[in-house]
Amino acid sequence: MTAADKSSPRGAQAARRAMARDRFLRLLLPAATLLIGLALWEAVVDLNDIPPYVLPAPTLIAKTLVNDWQSLRASLLVTLGTTVQGLLLAFGGGVALAILFNQSRLVEYSFYPYAVILQVTPVVAIAPLLLVYLPQHLAVLASAWIVAFFPVLANTTLGLRSVDRNLVDLFELYGASRLQTLLRLKLPAALPYMLGGLKIAGGLALIGAVVAEIAAGSAGAGSGLAYRIAESGYRLDIPRMFAALILLSVAGVAIFAALSLLSYLVLRRWHESVLAEER
Amino acid sequence: MNRSSPIVRLCSIDKLFPNGTHALAEFTLEVKRGEFLALLGPSGCGKSTVLRLIAGLTQPTGGAVAWSDAGEADSSAEGHDIGFVFQEPTLMPWATVAGNVALPLRLKGKSRPEAAARVAALIGRVGLADFVDVFPRELSGGMKMRVSIARALATGPEILLMDEPFAALDEITRFKLNNDLLDLWQALGTTVVFVTHTVFESVYLAQRIVVMTPRPGRVFGEVAIEAPYPRGEDFRGSMDYASYCSKVATALSAAAAGGGEA
Repeated sequence: MTAADKSSPRGAQAARRAMARDRFLRLLLPAATLLIGLALWEAVVDLNDIPPYVLPAPTLIAKTLVNDWQSLRASLLVTLGTTVQGLLLAFGGGVALAILFNQSRLVEYSFYPYAVILQVTPVVAIAPLLLVYLPQHLAVLASAWIVAFFPVLANTTLGLRSVDRNLVDLFELYGASRLQTLLRLKLPAALPYMLGGLKIAGGLALIGAVVAEIAAGSAGAGSGLAYRIAESGYRLDIPRMFAALILLSVAGVAIFAALSLLSYLVLRRWHESVLAEER
Repeated sequence: MNRSSPIVRLCSIDKLFPNGTHALAEFTLEVKRGEFLALLGPSGCGKSTVLRLIAGLTQPTGGAVAWSDAGEADSSAEGHDIGFVFQEPTLMPWATVAGNVALPLRLKGKSRPEAAARVAALIGRVGLADFVDVFPRELSGGMKMRVSIARALATGPEILLMDEPFAALDEITRFKLNNDLLDLWQALGTTVVFVTHTVFESVYLAQRIVVMTPRPGRVFGEVAIEAPYPRGEDFRGSMDYASYCSKVATALSAAAAGGGEA
């Protein structure tokens, strides 16, 4: 029995202390690396008198971030909003289509190749076309959706198929309906795969939104973070480019962290992926 | 209830798999109501296929499965309450012990509160009352198998099919589960068909052992174990047990040696 199998209190305490130290190091070390890197960067810019339009010092980027916060914040919200919308639509669409594929082989055969084509065609090349046919906001959204949707579809499809054969037999033995099998067996079994797909999709949705914003930005309209970067580039406002870039990275990390947390919360009670650390 | 009347009969069954495997040939078996029957044979002789045929999870290529209350040609398992215990515990990892045991009842349309009392009783019956809300990953192999047995009993089945359920367990756990299974069988009066490749386990558990030949599987012979129940550790150490074991082992090696070609 693994649950009650605890070693002596002292041993447990030592193990806990070791774990706490490990967690501390995992936070401290990257922070230290960052600080040292920034200090070096600052020193190189300072000592060589590099002008800000070639390479701005970290302090200048920080200042820009603070001074331009109003406009940058508005842009951040626009980009984040589109990304989250695209991601939600991609998750809903991906899961729904995977279920449809799973229920009907004919539908799967008819549409799966086109889902693949949509995925392998570079979104950079699709975005300008989307901008021709759709209003800008919708074009950005569609672009985020296109890249985010496939990982959800592919992973959910795999998950729906990765059901324990014996459990399938058991459901058949008890005369379970298709709906019961889907809801009580296939979807729960596919859940870890779905969440894995969602985690990949989160980063991709941001990329899709940024790509479309850049494409739209060169057409002269837009207000997202990527548009800020393009615009600042034209004006040689390099510190602002960096500031917007940092916000984009932070947004990407935040999306990833949020999805990881979601996955942890949903799976923590039963799935192996969440348990690995406890042993 | 007449104990010697058949509950289900397999009449000269042929089973050919699409990949060309000839699993069963002219396989005839009568399972009597309330008995504890062991199917013994070498690996790959079609023992599991016999259980799947009885459960209606696969259909015979030739011959028929006939239930006692149905017409001769009726080979469907529908309308019969069947419990199935697989070689692995086959639990849903996302559901608690209670959720897993409740599954058959929930699939039959019972609500959670309706099923609750029966589920709690079953879990207590297999000795896991303290683990109702625990997830399978926190259980040992033996405990998982207990959950699997409780689930198989959920619908109050008239026949319990067990496919080498204790093969993966250590010996101490297996002996304990053997004893508990016999207690359950005696208390519930369910018919049990127990597939195993262990001579010792089959002699300890069963009233009747059907020995099968290697593929294509057919019945080589049968041995009645007349030792009275309840059987316990005394029986395991007795001369009777040893002589039954050697008798069954002889039959098994004869089946393995000659039966395949016949």
